Amino acid sequence: MGIRFVLLVNKQGQTRLAQYYAEHLTLDERRALEGEIVRKCLARTDQQCSFVEHRNYKIVYRRYASLFFLVGVDNDENELAILEFIHLFVETMDRHFGNVCELDIMFHLEKAHFMLEEMVMNGCIVETSKSNILMPIQLMDKAS
Amino acid sequence: MALTGMRGLSVFISDVRNCQNKEQERLRVDKELGNIRTRFKNEKALTHYKKKKYVWKMLYIYMLGYDVDFGHMEAVSLISAPKYPEKQVGYIVTSCLLTENHEFLRMVINTVRNDIIGRNETFQCLALTMVGNIGGKEFSESLATDVQKLLVSSSCRPLVRKKAALCLLRLYRKNPDVNIDGWSDRMSQLLDERDLGVLTSVMSLFVALVSNNVEAYWNCLPKCVKILERLGRNQDVPQEYTYHGIPSPWIQVKTMRALQYFPTIEDPNTRRALFEVLQRILMGTDVVKNVNKNNAAHAILFEALALVVHLDAEKEMMSQCVALLGKFVAVREPNIRYLGLENMTRMLLVSDVQDIIKSHQAQIIISLKDPDISIRRRALDLLYGMCDVTNAKDIVEELLQYLNTADFAMREELALKAAILAEKFAPDLSWYVDVILQLIDKAGDFVSDDIWYRVVQFVTNNEDLQPYAATKAREYLEKPVLHETMVKVSAYLLGEYNHLLARRTGCTPKEIFIIINEKLPTVTTSTVAILLSTYAKILMHNHPPDPELQKQIWSIFRKYESYIDVEIQQRAVEYIALCNKGAALVDVLAEMPKFPERQSALLKKAEVAEVNTAEQSAIRIRSQQQTSNALVVTDQRPTEGSLPVSQLGVVRMPSGKMEASTQDQTSFQDQGMTKENGVITEVVPQDVPPSDILGDLLGPLAINGSPATAVPVEQRNQNLLSVVEATPEAAGSLALTTVDNQPNSIQPIVNIAERFNELCLKDSGVLYEDPHIQIGIKAEWQAHHGHIVLFLGNKNTSPLVSVQALILPPTHLKMELSLVPETVPPRAQVQCPLEFVNLRASRDVAVLDFSYKFGTAMVYVKLRLPAVINKFLQPISVTAEEFFAQWKSLSGPPLKLQEVLRGVKPLSLPEMANLFTSLHLAVNPGIDTNPNNLIACTTFYSESTRATLCLIRVETDPSDRTQLRITIASVDPTLTFELKERIKEYLVNIPTQTPSAVVAPSQPQSPVTPVAYNDPGAMLAGLL
Repeated sequence: MGIRFVLLVNKQGQTRLAQYYAEHLTLDERRALEGEIVRKCLARTDQQCSFVEHRNYKIVYRRYASLFFLVGVDNDENELAILEFIHLFVETMDRHFGNVCELDIMFHLEKAHFMLEEMVMNGCIVETSKSNILMPIQLMDKAS
Repeated sequence: MALTGMRGLSVFISDVRNCQNKEQERLRVDKELGNIRTRFKNEKALTHYKKKKYVWKMLYIYMLGYDVDFGHMEAVSLISAPKYPEKQVGYIVTSCLLTENHEFLRMVINTVRNDIIGRNETFQCLALTMVGNIGGKEFSESLATDVQKLLVSSSCRPLVRKKAALCLLRLYRKNPDVNIDGWSDRMSQLLDERDLGVLTSVMSLFVALVSNNVEAYWNCLPKCVKILERLGRNQDVPQEYTYHGIPSPWIQVKTMRALQYFPTIEDPNTRRALFEVLQRILMGTDVVKNVNKNNAAHAILFEALALVVHLDAEKEMMSQCVALLGKFVAVREPNIRYLGLENMTRMLLVSDVQDIIKSHQAQIIISLKDPDISIRRRALDLLYGMCDVTNAKDIVEELLQYLNTADFAMREELALKAAILAEKFAPDLSWYVDVILQLIDKAGDFVSDDIWYRVVQFVTNNEDLQPYAATKAREYLEKPVLHETMVKVSAYLLGEYNHLLARRTGCTPKEIFIIINEKLPTVTTSTVAILLSTYAKILMHNHPPDPELQKQIWSIFRKYESYIDVEIQQRAVEYIALCNKGAALVDVLAEMPKFPERQSALLKKAEVAEVNTAEQSAIRIRSQQQTSNALVVTDQRPTEGSLPVSQLGVVRMPSGKMEASTQDQTSFQDQGMTKENGVITEVVPQDVPPSDILGDLLGPLAINGSPATAVPVEQRNQNLLSVVEATPEAAGSLALTTVDNQPNSIQPIVNIAERFNELCLKDSGVLYEDPHIQIGIKAEWQAHHGHIVLFLGNKNTSPLVSVQALILPPTHLKMELSLVPETVPPRAQVQCPLEFVNLRASRDVAVLDFSYKFGTAMVYVKLRLPAVINKFLQPISVTAEEFFAQWKSLSGPPLKLQEVLRGVKPLSLPEMANLFTSLHLAVNPGIDTNPNNLIACTTFYSESTRATLCLIRVETDPSDRTQLRITIASVDPTLTFELKERIKEYLVNIPTQTPSAVVAPSQPQSPVTPVAYNDPGAMLAGLL
């Protein structure tokens, strides 16, 4: 099934973006899951690997300054490919915002969602070309 | 910028950000929610623009973890907005907030469809994405055709088609009826796609289709290889699709994943082309400085490794892979090390690389101590997977050592794995006992009951081990602080075997009693129960009687006679009563008989643990191999005293009650040793002479007791069976039936009749075993359907050839046996699934005609399959009202049959109830007021009749347990008769002495008090 969720969480444990694919979790379950995962990942050091096993997921995560990018996948994914997919997401945001930081994502939540929407669909990667990913956003910016 | 238009949103976000604590945040959010709610409610003519703003706020609030259900409608309504910015928000936020079965989605199906078939590309994309994310069955039904058209349309631009591909994937998953017949040609065309965006999504769709039905897509295989070649050579790859210089690593990885669904590649050209690509990846991936490039390259490399392992390539390539992995497990880079361990575990599937993997053992053990738990888990999994007889001692000892420092999260898994390995690969049994006792001592909290039951079972079944285990237990008791589980094991072992230590210092019954009794004040009730039994046993071994010890123990029993816990109270009372019986005490409390073979609770647990911890396939791989491994072990074992473990059915757990008087029913039946003794049934201990070495070596669990005691049991069983099968049998011979009197030079090493009988009452175990082959069975029953898997395990180092399995089905069963391979490779196990459909009630038995050739000898066996009538029963409880309504409506023969049985096995009522339960008859207490009677109900399933309710009443005579009257009723006369005969087979001791059957007219019922009706389900089922 591929990617189960994409989470952006800062060092204080505040969620900055959350997108689930084909997971029917209640609000409480989500809160619990996010809490557990974030606690696990925050406790890890840079010398440890980027993969954490949690419940039925494998979490592939990457830290950029104060922000953690966490992608939950099932056991059928190539971990390193997902790890670099996270970086591709960051590079794409970088291209759009220019030196993207936590605040950009926070105040432009809708854009982060637009980008992710172009990149992942139903847990599968749909596009990896940055210019294609950014096209709808640029169209919109032009329109307004 | 769009944001300038949504100032309110920015203000709100920064307000939330400035909140000092969660409470402030809640207040701010509540205020905002109130605001949004009023707006939505009062301003009927809210512009789409304003709605958009509020909907984004809602999404933000939802992300923070607050409920925004009230606004779902508004989000959904935006989908129908005419302008792009609002529509976009509608679609995106709806995918975030709603799940596939939400009723609101139904309202927009038409809008969504219009957007999809409309001419506006951007609308098409939005609609396809939302359906792709949360579309359910209804969407699938109304949209699948349109989406398929878009995907293959030549007039459609890539940006729409890539979304259509993944949308179709969702619709296909949600509704398997989506017609994809003939898609193999289309798929093959789609894989020619030049646009890499489209190809990315098409590849995901392809993986899903192939994983479901690989046969239909053979024509796509060369296309996949072409894609790899194209990307590998970086031909025709636009800059936008290279990632740090590497042509889309994601497509490459996905394509190789797709190829792993094909069992093999037959076309030599395709194969050569693919191996060139793989070779280039394996050879050409170097470590580079750029982290991203390095990761991407290794993502491809690991996928290539997995593909090579899957395709089981020529040896040189495989060893190249192992060499690479060996390098990876030793590198410092944690990600690569993690993946190295993970992939090495996968590689264990390939049998001939195990030795090379073993050469990395030391390195892997280092990873077991890594500071990173993710890596430790992988290392543990790998060690568990690579363990065999040659390295079990080292690995298990490492695991034990690691247990001291392991984090809590891993201890239980670690303890379980160490226990399983110790059991499976023990070079000698005393080592096994040592390991388990250490395990309990070091990590008692994490050692489940199954583990200590298991060691008790081993010791009980293995006399050589008993003095050793008792000594060890005695030693552990010296420790000042002891885990309660250790108290349990030690007390149990010393209760059973304290007499074996009698001549050693500090081991008189009295000394043992004192040291155990020190623990009594600190333990919980479940342990107190065990200690009481231990005291009773010590008392029995107390020769010559030590009056003081006797007094002490009696006073403890007296103390517990009025204890609050019923179980303990009962034990205390019973033991006091027994003590006054003198000789009876010795009989009742005699040593526990050997345990019959049981399914491994430990292995089952490991499977569950696997699901819970989402581990990689290692355990699964392992559990698939288990039987063959066990066979390997059996072959390599030294002859003296070691106990191989039969993997198909292993653990028998002594239940909480462990004294002889409440011993497990099955062993009563198995051994046929029951005697009537007032209220308490006693078990006569077998004075077991050393069994022959072969038996000891190959299947001690299957051979209960000595030949001396076993023979009558066999005969009885055979007699029992002769009702079913009119095979002439040589007196005293093994219950092997041969075809055409052809003498088999190979003799089975299990009692076939006994195996069959046992399998009639349980669902997995060994059906047949001889020196060359073991046939195991695992069965599942669902209504009138049965599913049996035969496990054919070759125990030899050479293959078994000309394997043939034929089934002679009786007329009442429809059967289908999948193909049985002609050869079973050395030390391998093959599975042959077998499907049954029950057509009507009959006691006829399906016979498996099995033959194979070993060397020059042909071996033929006929084996009855346990697809017997009681397997198609499902127990059901009914209320008294229902029962009597039905009972009275079935007024007499042939629907209701009654028979007086004599020469019945003397079973107590609870024993009989247990027997009934294992026959899938639900005992319904309280319906019959006479305590000596037993009422049972069940439903019988066959293809034509579905569920038929059967009612059973057994009236026993407490003064003579060898006779009883049984009445059976159902609406189907055949069923009534067949079921009665079947139950009779189990109740009557010696069927050859035809019991005088008297069919009497049904008697008026004894008065009963109806039980309160409280189960509607049962009522409903009862009406069927």
